[in-house]
Amino acid sequence: MTSFANRLFGPLDPATEAGYLDPPTRKGFFTDTSVCIGCKACEVACKEWNAVPEDGISLTGMSYDNSVGLGASTWRHVAFIEQPSGAREHPGEESASFRWLMESDVCKHCTHAACLDVCPTGALMRSEFGTVVVQNDVCNGCGYCVPACPYGVIERREGPKDEPAVGLAQKCTLCYDRLKGDLEPACAKACPTQSIQFGDLDELRVRAKGRVDQLVEAGVSDAQLYGHDPRDGVGGAGAFFLLLDRPEVYGLPPDPVVTTKALPQMWRQAALAAATLLVGSLAAFVERRNR
Amino acid sequence: MVPKASFGSYYGRPVVKASPWQADIPAYLFLGGLAGGSSLLAAGADLTGRPGLRRSCRVTALGALGVSFAALVHDLGRPARFHHMLRVAKFTSPMSVGTWILTAYGPLAALAALSEARDQLPRPLRTGLVGRALPGAGSAAGVLAGVLAPALASYTAVLLADTATPSWHDARHHLPFVFVGSAAAAAGGLGMVNAPLRESGPAQRLAVAGSVLDLAASHHMESSIGLSAEPMRQGRAGAYRRAAQALTAAGALLAAFGARRSRAAAVLSGAALAAGSACTRFAIFHAGQQSATDPRYTVQPQRERLDAGRPVRFEGPAEPA
Repeated sequence: MTSFANRLFGPLDPATEAGYLDPPTRKGFFTDTSVCIGCKACEVACKEWNAVPEDGISLTGMSYDNSVGLGASTWRHVAFIEQPSGAREHPGEESASFRWLMESDVCKHCTHAACLDVCPTGALMRSEFGTVVVQNDVCNGCGYCVPACPYGVIERREGPKDEPAVGLAQKCTLCYDRLKGDLEPACAKACPTQSIQFGDLDELRVRAKGRVDQLVEAGVSDAQLYGHDPRDGVGGAGAFFLLLDRPEVYGLPPDPVVTTKALPQMWRQAALAAATLLVGSLAAFVERRNR
Repeated sequence: MVPKASFGSYYGRPVVKASPWQADIPAYLFLGGLAGGSSLLAAGADLTGRPGLRRSCRVTALGALGVSFAALVHDLGRPARFHHMLRVAKFTSPMSVGTWILTAYGPLAALAALSEARDQLPRPLRTGLVGRALPGAGSAAGVLAGVLAPALASYTAVLLADTATPSWHDARHHLPFVFVGSAAAAAGGLGMVNAPLRESGPAQRLAVAGSVLDLAASHHMESSIGLSAEPMRQGRAGAYRRAAQALTAAGALLAAFGARRSRAAAVLSGAALAAGSACTRFAIFHAGQQSATDPRYTVQPQRERLDAGRPVRFEGPAEPA
């Protein structure tokens, strides 16, 4: 039976909450940035499989990153950070004066997904795998999901009107079609170092905990998990990360919170304001008798 | 050595995305408020026997509603799919709630306004069933529209606040009061412009009270939301904000002290108040857009609460009961 507790905030199984009666185990990504080599195979595989169009061909000067960030036509994005550092990048290495940070970013498939909450058409939906997917035939491009996402992932695709999905909200589907066919998502399949690991979310969380403990023990003191905690501001992310520095260094919000956590409070304030307007309008018609 | 920056970022890139909305949306925020406030005035005017105020406010409401509808459809990535909004009703989506408020309010406001055209109907229609039913139907529709109007004027604040846009979300306590104040100022203002002087008392009082609420709530908002208030004072948002304050304050003063005596003063103050209300909406809109574009407004407050050992974490039972 569906529980109505924690519907806006807190630990929850999103597929059950969405009404699936006997959903498969929740699927997700664990992206271990400590073994990412910045090959961008994930970006390419994602584009190939999902027929995502070109996202601008220009040199940005942001190290090896020319796709800039997640967006309507960039569903996997590899961040490159050239960092002056005294820290060791890997256990056993000499202390270097410089290190690379590379991270393949993706939609977080939040437990409490703001994009899905605010979507007024039902185009954004929860899949049986617990992921968040846009239905292209339903979306009318209202754009509300775009400012709602606390990670800045989803975006309305701009371009010539006759090209695919222009005017619609677009983002990673966690390869919904491949999941339905018992295949792993294209990015994870293409990753040559297993930096992108796909699987049952519960199992990935256990694996990630082991990996971060191993790194910290080996002296990589800044190694940290990001988005793994079901008690965090989005109820835990379906795609979470092992980072080697603070989240904001990778362009990630350090403590994201789903906006709808404050929804009851917001509606209450709106109701109070509406009542104020109603009473004020009535009072405006009260005439002083001696006029 | 360069001191450590108070926040980090990835090449200065934004963390959250600004909404893809253009001028359609702030224009709708203004027009929706104007329509709501006008419907309230029209209903009151109808019930208290002020036909001039009633007629002009009903027409204003319908006009504002019509342009609102056009703006809301135009803003969509796929305008031909605007009716997809009617597929679902979702409490978690202020845009869905707003869709249903408009769906209920729109036909009522339209019927109230159309009933004013009874005298322009050809004679057979006017004296027939339609003509005889129209005034009563207009009154009933007008009062019902007035009942829904406060929701129309205030929900748009939640529409903006229910996002990850720092200056909108952090303003969530105050924004509904700014918006209803702004709506009252605009509707009262245009009521003064269009209604005969002897009937414009309620419009004038609503305009003055709305202006005071708008200015006071805006001031309170800016002094209580910390870093997120900064974009409200900068760039385009700042320019609109300064214009909004000047127009609203000047319009309210003129309304309070001159608008009941002179027709010219009523028109001038009403126009200033309507313009001020529009500027308030554009100021808030651009403040949010600006706050989303600079990663500092997203990262810094989050980093500060993390460093203070106060991350946002669920404190309840581990499993839903």
